[in-house]
Amino acid sequence: MQGVEHDPAAILAAYRARRRRRGMILLGMVALGIAAFLLDISTGPSPLRLWDVLLGLFQPDQLSAPEQTIIRQVRLPYALMALLVGAALSLAGAEMQTILNNPLASPFTLGVSSAASFGAALAIVSGISLPFVPADWMVPLNAFIAAFASVLLLEALARSRAAGMEGVVLFGIALVFTFNALVALLQFVASQEALSQLVFWTMGSLGRSTWGGLATLAVVLAVVLPFSWRAADAMTALRLGEDRARSFGIDVRRLRLFSLLRISALAATAVAFVGTIGFIGLVGPHIARMLLGEDHRFLLPASLLTGAVIMALASVLSKVLVPGVLLPVGIVTSMIGVPVFLLLILKKPTRV
Amino acid sequence: MSDTLEIDGLGAAYGGKPVIDGLSLAPFVPGSVTSLIGPNAAGKTTLLRALAGLHPAKGAVRLGGRDLLALPLADHARYVTYMPQSLPQRVALSVLEGVAGALRASPVDGPALSDAALMGRALEVIELVGIGHKALAGLDHLSGGQRQLASLAQALARSPRVLLLDEPISALDLYYQLRVMKLVQRLARERGMMVIMVLHDLAIAARWSDRVVVLAEGRVMADGRPAEAISAGVLAEVYKVRGRVEQDGADLRIAIDDILP
Repeated sequence: MQGVEHDPAAILAAYRARRRRRGMILLGMVALGIAAFLLDISTGPSPLRLWDVLLGLFQPDQLSAPEQTIIRQVRLPYALMALLVGAALSLAGAEMQTILNNPLASPFTLGVSSAASFGAALAIVSGISLPFVPADWMVPLNAFIAAFASVLLLEALARSRAAGMEGVVLFGIALVFTFNALVALLQFVASQEALSQLVFWTMGSLGRSTWGGLATLAVVLAVVLPFSWRAADAMTALRLGEDRARSFGIDVRRLRLFSLLRISALAATAVAFVGTIGFIGLVGPHIARMLLGEDHRFLLPASLLTGAVIMALASVLSKVLVPGVLLPVGIVTSMIGVPVFLLLILKKPTRV
Repeated sequence: MSDTLEIDGLGAAYGGKPVIDGLSLAPFVPGSVTSLIGPNAAGKTTLLRALAGLHPAKGAVRLGGRDLLALPLADHARYVTYMPQSLPQRVALSVLEGVAGALRASPVDGPALSDAALMGRALEVIELVGIGHKALAGLDHLSGGQRQLASLAQALARSPRVLLLDEPISALDLYYQLRVMKLVQRLARERGMMVIMVLHDLAIAARWSDRVVVLAEGRVMADGRPAEAISAGVLAEVYKVRGRVEQDGADLRIAIDDILP
C-alpha cells in the first residue's frame, strides 16, 4: 500500500550494512579457506601439527628433512591443487547456471566433465600427437577441445526455442551417459598402461598433482578471473530475463559466448589434470547464492571461495575417511555431494 | 523533447513466416499512451519486440528522424526499453538490486554515477512507483502486483523515450491493474515518454490510452482515438464477437453480448 511509513535514508543505510555484511562473509570464507588449506596439509599418513605445517611453509630449515619433503613436495601441491580445482569448477558452475538459466547446470551434471574425460581418454588410448604440441600436453589439450565442443552444443540447444531449459538438462544428461559409455568402450580396447591411466579419469584424484599442472591451472584462473569480473553486472542483469537484459543494452549473445569460453577453459583445465570431480560446480554456487544472493559482484568471488573450501575439506576427508588410504577425491565429492545437494533442494528460497 | 516516433514499412517474421509486413503507423507523439490490441497471434508482441530491436526486422523505426533499427543494440537501448510480461521466478535479488542492475547494465544518458548515487537513483524510481517500503525485499517475496511495479521501476530507471509494455497487467488484480495504468499515464505525461502497451482488456485500453491500434493477422485494422478505433465493427471483424460500443460522456461503454457463429 502506498504511504507506508519508511525512510529512504534508512533504506540506503540498511543496504550499505547488508553490503558490509556480505564483505564480512567473503572474508570469513577466505579465512575458512586458509584454515582448510592448513588442515589439508597437516592431514595424511603421518599427521603433522599445525605449527610444523607453518614452519614447513615459511621456515623449512627448522624441520627434519623427511618432514620438509612431506610438506613441500607431497602435500603442498595436493592442497594447492585442491583449492584451485575447487575454485575453478565452482566459478564455472556459477557462470553456467546464469548463462544457461538453469540451477542444475554444472560442468559435471551437463556432461562437460565427461566430455573432457572422453577427450583425454581418446588421447591416451590412441597415443596420437600433433607436430607442435609436447606429448604430455596432448591429453589436457584434447580434454579441453572436447569440453569446449560440448559446452557449445549445450549453448546452441539453450538458444533454440524448441528445447527449453528442460531440454538442456536432458541433453546434458544424455551427454554424460554418452561420453561415459564411450570412455568405457575405450577402456575395453585399451592396452594395460593406457587402461590404468584411463581409470584415473573416472575417479578424479589429486594424486597426480604436478607443479606444471598447478601452474597451468593457476595461469588459466588468473587470465579468466578479470574477464569474469567484468561480466558480473551483465550476468546479474541476465538473471532478470533475457529480453529484459537485451533491452537494457546487453549483448547477450556475446556475453554467452565469452562466458562459455571461460567455462570450458576452467572446467576443462581442472578436469584435465585431476580427472572427473563431481558436485563442486553444482553445490559451490548454490551455497554462495544462499549466503549472498545473486548480485554477481558477490556471487562470483563467493563461488570461487566456496569451491576452494569444499575441495580442501574433501581432500582432508579423502585422507581420513579410510585410515591409511588415500581415496580418490572425486569419490569423496560424489559421496558428500548427494546429501548436500538434497539439503539444498529441500531448503527454503534464498535470502537477499 | 519533441521527437516523434515513426514506424515505416516494418516487417518481421517468426519461424520463417512473415508476421508483420510493410506495417506503417502515423507518428507517435511524446507524452502519449497507445494501446496495441487484437486477438492472439496478431503480431502484437512481435511488433513490440521489433520496435525494441529484440526481433530482427526490416523497414525503419525513426525517433526524431534517427532510424533506431540501424543502431547497435546498446544505442537503441538508450531510447527504447521493453518490459516483458513478467519477471522470472526464483531470482535472489532485492527490488533495489534489480533496479540497480538495470542501471548498471549499460550506460544511460547523463554522467557516470558513483555506486552511492546509483543506489540513490534506483531508490528514487522505486519510490516513484510506490513500493519504496519494499525496496530491500527480495523480488521473490513480493505479491504479483508489487513484482510488476518492481519490473516497471527497472524499465523506468533507464529513462527511455519510448516505453514498450507487453501485457503489463494481464496477471494482476483490479487494484494493481488500475494502479499500474494510472502510473504509466501520469509518467508518460510528466516525462514526455511515448508508451505503447499491449493490452487484452478493451475497457482499460479505452479508459487509459490516447490512441488505440487494432492489429489482426499482422495488419492494422484500426488506428485512432479509443472511440474511433474500438467499434462494433471492429469487435465483429477482429474479435468475432457481437457487442455494442457507446460513448457516454467521457467514457466509452463496451458491452460484449455473444460470440459470432
